[in-house]
Parts: sequence; C-alpha cells; structure tokens
Amino acid sequence: MEVTLNWYLMLSAFLFVIGVLGVLFRRNVIVILMSVELMLNAVNLTLVALSQHMGDPTGQILVFFVISVAAAEAAVGLAIIIAIFRNTLTVDVTKFNLFKY
Amino acid sequence: MNPSTLISLILLLPLAGALFCGLGGLFIPAMRQREGLIGFVGTAVVLVPFLAVLFLFLNFDGDAIVVDFYTWMAAGDLSVSFAYRIDQLSLVMSLVITGVGGLIHLYSIGYMHGDPGYWRFFAYLNLFIFAMLNLVLGDNLVVLFLGWEGVGLCSYLLIGFWYTDLKNSAAANKAFIMNRIGDFCFLLAMFLLFRELGSLDFDVLLLEGPSLNEGVLYLIVFLLFMGATGKSAQIPLFTWLPDAMAGPTPVSALIHAATMVTSGLYLLARLSPLVIAAEGIMAFIAIIGALTAIMAATIAITQNDIKKVLAYSTVSQLGYMFLAIGVGAFFVAIFHLVMHAFFKGCLFLGSGSVIHSMHDVENQLAESGDAAEFDAQDMRTMGGLKKFMPSTRATFLIATLAIAGIPLLSGFFSKDEILFRAFESASTNGYGMFVWIIGIVTAFLTAVYMIRAYVLTFEGEPRWPKAETVKPHESPWTMTLPLWVLGILSIVGGYIGLPGVLARGDWNLIHHYLGESFGGPVAEVHTEAHVALSTEWMLLALGGAIAIAGVALGWRWYSKHGPAFDEIIRARFGWLYRVAEGKYFVDEAYDKVIVRPVIGIAEKGFAPFDKYVVDGLVNAVAFITRGLSFVLKYIQTGIVQTYAMAFVIGVILVLALMLFG
Repeated sequence: MEVTLNWYLMLSAFLFVIGVLGVLFRRNVIVILMSVELMLNAVNLTLVALSQHMGDPTGQILVFFVISVAAAEAAVGLAIIIAIFRNTLTVDVTKFNLFKY
Repeated sequence: MNPSTLISLILLLPLAGALFCGLGGLFIPAMRQREGLIGFVGTAVVLVPFLAVLFLFLNFDGDAIVVDFYTWMAAGDLSVSFAYRIDQLSLVMSLVITGVGGLIHLYSIGYMHGDPGYWRFFAYLNLFIFAMLNLVLGDNLVVLFLGWEGVGLCSYLLIGFWYTDLKNSAAANKAFIMNRIGDFCFLLAMFLLFRELGSLDFDVLLLEGPSLNEGVLYLIVFLLFMGATGKSAQIPLFTWLPDAMAGPTPVSALIHAATMVTSGLYLLARLSPLVIAAEGIMAFIAIIGALTAIMAATIAITQNDIKKVLAYSTVSQLGYMFLAIGVGAFFVAIFHLVMHAFFKGCLFLGSGSVIHSMHDVENQLAESGDAAEFDAQDMRTMGGLKKFMPSTRATFLIATLAIAGIPLLSGFFSKDEILFRAFESASTNGYGMFVWIIGIVTAFLTAVYMIRAYVLTFEGEPRWPKAETVKPHESPWTMTLPLWVLGILSIVGGYIGLPGVLARGDWNLIHHYLGESFGGPVAEVHTEAHVALSTEWMLLALGGAIAIAGVALGWRWYSKHGPAFDEIIRARFGWLYRVAEGKYFVDEAYDKVIVRPVIGIAEKGFAPFDKYVVDGLVNAVAFITRGLSFVLKYIQTGIVQTYAMAFVIGVILVLALMLFG
C-alpha cells in the first residue's frame, strides 16, 4: 500500500493529541515541556507534508520559523523551571499553587 | 460703557467674590484668618455693582434695556436664555440690594470679627447678592426662579450658619422647607403659564397674560401669590421668619428685612398686569396682607427678644405691602419696600450692635460667674443703653419713629400712601374699607411695639446683673457708619414719594418713575372715584395722629413701668394676650396637623419599606452573588493544567461548531 498524504496528516494528528494529553495530565513539569515540543513537531510534520503535496515551499519556510521559535521557547521555559525549582524544590506542577485553599 | 458689560459686571462680581471667599477659604486654610482681605473683597464686590447700578439709574432714559447673553436651554417649544432686563423696577430693586447690601457687608466686617467661619459668611452673603440680582434683573421667569431658589438656599445656609447648635439647623430647615412649599406653587404657576402662552419671557407674559381665560388666570395668580407668601412670610407660610432670627444679625437685616422677603412683592409687581386682571385674587391678597399685618403686630407686642420683635414687625410690614398690592397700588408697595429696607435694615443692624455689646457684658459677667441665665437678646435685661451707645441709640430711635409713621419721616409717606389707596379703593370694591380699618389699627400697634422696643432697650436704668461695674460699649465705625447712613435715609428717603395732596401728585417721584400711567413697568388700577382733597388731608392727619399717639402712649407706659407694663397688659387682656404671646399657636397647629402625621407616615410607612423592601432587594442581590461564588470558586484550582484543560475543551467546542454548526 502506498503512503499517501493522509497517513502523514494522521500521524501528525496522533502526535499532536499525545502532546496535548501530556500537557494536560503529566505531573512533571519537564515532561510537560517535552509534550509541548512534541506538539510543535507534529505541526511541523503537517506543514512539510502539505508543502510537499502542494508543491509550494512556503510551508517549509514556515517550518524554519517554528523550529527556531521552539528552540528559544524551550530555553526560556527551562530557565523558568530552574528558577521555580530553586524556590520550591519540586518539579511537580500541582505543587506550584500559591492559593490558600 | 455699554449696558451689556455693566450688567455682566453687576452680576458676576458678587459671584466672583463668593467663589474667592468660599473656595479660597476652603482650600487654603491659611486664608481663613485674613479677615481684612476677605472683608474687603466681600464688600467691594457689592459696592462696585452698586456704583454700576447707580450709573445705569442716572443714565436711564425710559426705554427698557434687555440683554440676552446666551441660550440656557432649548427643548421643543421651550427656549430659555440668560436674559436680563434693565427698567425702572429692576433698577430700584437693584439699588436697594446692592446699596443696603453693601452697607450690611461693611457692617458684617465688624460684627463677624473673630468668628472662625468669617470666610464662609462672606462667601454665602456674596452668593446671596448674586442670586438676588438674578432674581430682580432676569427677563424671564426661569432666571427669576433661579434667583428665587438661590436666595432660599443662601437663606438656609446663613440661618444655619452656626450649625453646630442644632436649634439653628432646625430653624434653617424650617425656613427652607416652608419656602419650598411656596416654590412648588410658583412652579405650578410657571407650568400653567407656559402651557397657556408657550413662553416664560416677560414681554410675552405681560402682553398676552391679562387676556387669558379668567379661570386659568385666577389659578395662576393665586399660585404666584402662594409662592410669594412662602418667600415673603405671609399667612400661611410665615412661621419660618421669627425662627430665622437664629442666624447672625446681618443676615436678618439683609435677607429677612431688606431683600429676600421682598422677592414675593417684586414678583407680583413685575407681573402686575396679570395680577390686576385677576380681581378676585386681588381681594384675597389684600385681606391676607391685612390679616397678617395685624396678627404679627399683636404678637410683636408680647415678645421679649429684640430680634423677634423686629421679625414680627417685618412680617407685619410685608403684610402692609401686600395690602397695597391687593388694592391695586403696586408702586406704593415698592415704595414701602424701599423705605422698609432703610428703617428695618437700620433697626436690625442697631439690634445687632446692641446684642454685640450685651455679649460683651455676658462675657464680663461670665468671668465673675454670673452669666448663668443671661440672654444677650432679651430686652428685660437691657435698659439705659443710651448712655453707653449713643450712635446706636440715635439711629435706632430715628428708625423707630420712621417705622411708626411719625410725620415727615420716610415711613409716614409710604404707609400713609398705602392707607390712602386702600381708602380710595373702598368706593370701587368691597374690601377696601375693611383692610383700611385693619391698617389703621395696625399702624397704632406698630408705633406702640416699636417704641416699646426702643424704650426697654435704651431708656431707663440698666437691668442686667452687676450693672454698676459691668458696662457695655459702643460698636466700631464699621458698624455705626451703616447705621447712620440708613438712619439718614430713613429720614429723607420718603421725599421721593410725596403724597397726592401736594401738587396733585406731581411731586410723587416714585409714582412717576414706576407707574404704568407714566410709562413705567408697574401697572395700576385706574379708579374713577376721586377722594375730596379735604378728605385726603384728614387722612394724612389721622395717620400722623395715630403714629404720634402710639409713640407718646408707648413711651409713657414703658418709661414709667419698664417691662412690668407687659404684666399690666396681660392682666387687662387676659386670654387675648396669652394667644398673642403664644404666637396664635400656629407653629403648634402646623406641628400637630402636618408635621407629626408626615413623620408618622415616614416612620411607620416608608421606613419599613426602605428597610425591608429596598434594602432587602439590594441585600438579596449580594446574597445571590455570594451563593454563586461559593459554587463557582472551585473552578480556580491554581493548577495550571486545569486551565489548559479548559482551553482544550473550548477548542474542541469551537471545532465542533465549525464542522457541524
């Protein structure tokens, strides 16, 4: 069977959903960051697949932008996590709660 | 100088003074002690307009000048602008307001010295002058009403000037509330006039008003008169004026003798063509005026507080003025208004001077511990002040003789003119004789109670405790100068209105100035009947004789017996005296019939409504909000992932809508 466009799109969708579920349900904040990266990469895959399918390189150029932004955002996110860790000594997201009740 | 600039100057200077003294004193605490600055500015902003009015007066050529500044409101058929009119009537009133007002401002510099609210006093006084000028210079009823309410407000502020004493605030409330009742009637009259004529400008009202349908016209004039009774303290709305004596004496002199209480008269004089067309209401006005005059005069004889005597005297004299209006002699009412401003102003300022001294006596007594029940305004503890206060005594005596109607003083001419007109009108209407008789009796009473006040205060021996050592003193020049000016005016002022017996009325300058028959703005009733010259002379003589008799008898009675003479009268008249002393129990009647029921309705009806229904609704809203929040607060968990979850659910919903909606 031939690998058509739909296969790529479905793969991206699955990856994206796995990323979303990871963000929503994982406790470790570093794993959440990884899930965010996963979501970004899923989108990259979509863009490249569609770009190849339509023959228009615009999608691939956008992927360049997304990759660089993702890198920057990962760096900043990790810096924030380190700052929080220095204060709370935990990477459990449910513990980052200043509410009294 | 064109009239428009002058009018702006006349109106805006007092306002500027009020803002200067008021806002300055309010925001710059250091300014409150600068009495000299405040006093000077406060007085200058009244005296400069006086000069401007004088200029306009001297250059007036007989044609009314109307200046329209800008449109205040234009809605549908109604268009009202800030328009002002200079004609004989408004000039006469403005001269009185700024002239006598200026003198009283000067007086207040000395009188209010040392009072912590000095700046407030001058601010309110200037604001009053501004409002009063709006009232008399306005060219339409709306500007007049603006001034009307403004003077009511200032009256409230000034009566309750020493607001820390609740009695004063109560008196201020009483004045304002009674005024409002009158104002309500005035408003109704304005609404009716607008509905009938489509405009509230005087030119329209005066031109087309008299030809209105009789029923509506009667109602309008009746309502206007009711408004006037509120402002000018006639039956039924007069009880606020004696209570208003709680305010500082310059306030009593300015507002409750010379100016505000004359607003009602001005209103009727301004709208005189309409009033004349409502003959039945004229009778009503005359009778109410006469009854008020005699009622207040009988009360005045029984009063011991010098200011209360003068207050009831004012009510009585205003009654005379309304009597004059009721018999169709509008210009005579204005004439008496001006004379009254002079002698009553002098009397009030004189009483202020006396009270000022007696306060000093009170302080001296307090130092030695004797001032327990001393009332600085009670004439029973005065006496013999002529030795200590010569200027005050002389001017008070002059003004007393003037108000009593002693021949050749101002009051003689004006009061006699009123009585003459009443007598003359008796041949054409049924009530002239009745009001004339009442007027004559009241004239006698006026002479008696006024000379009583003079004798008890200034003659005889001092009756206050420790009289050998504790002595009062004369007041400073800022207080005695106005007294002398007003005193002299009380003597010579009457010559502008010499009676008709002389040169067939050609020397009656004020008649020629104001009267309609000579081109003036104030209408008059034209009587065909003519009283014989000899009768006129007899009436003049009668008036003079009554005045002299009243003064002479009063002098003899009170010089001989002092305050004890009141006991002789009390024994002689029994229950009559008690009724008069109790002020005819009008206050008590109002209290029982109106005030208590209204308070009862408020306490039993509206207060529970407010507490349970209105507050209940508001509380219910708060209660519901709280309940909702108890439930909704659990959405905010503080955990970021729950928020992200909400995000995702939202995205799914939108997608679903987009795909399937």
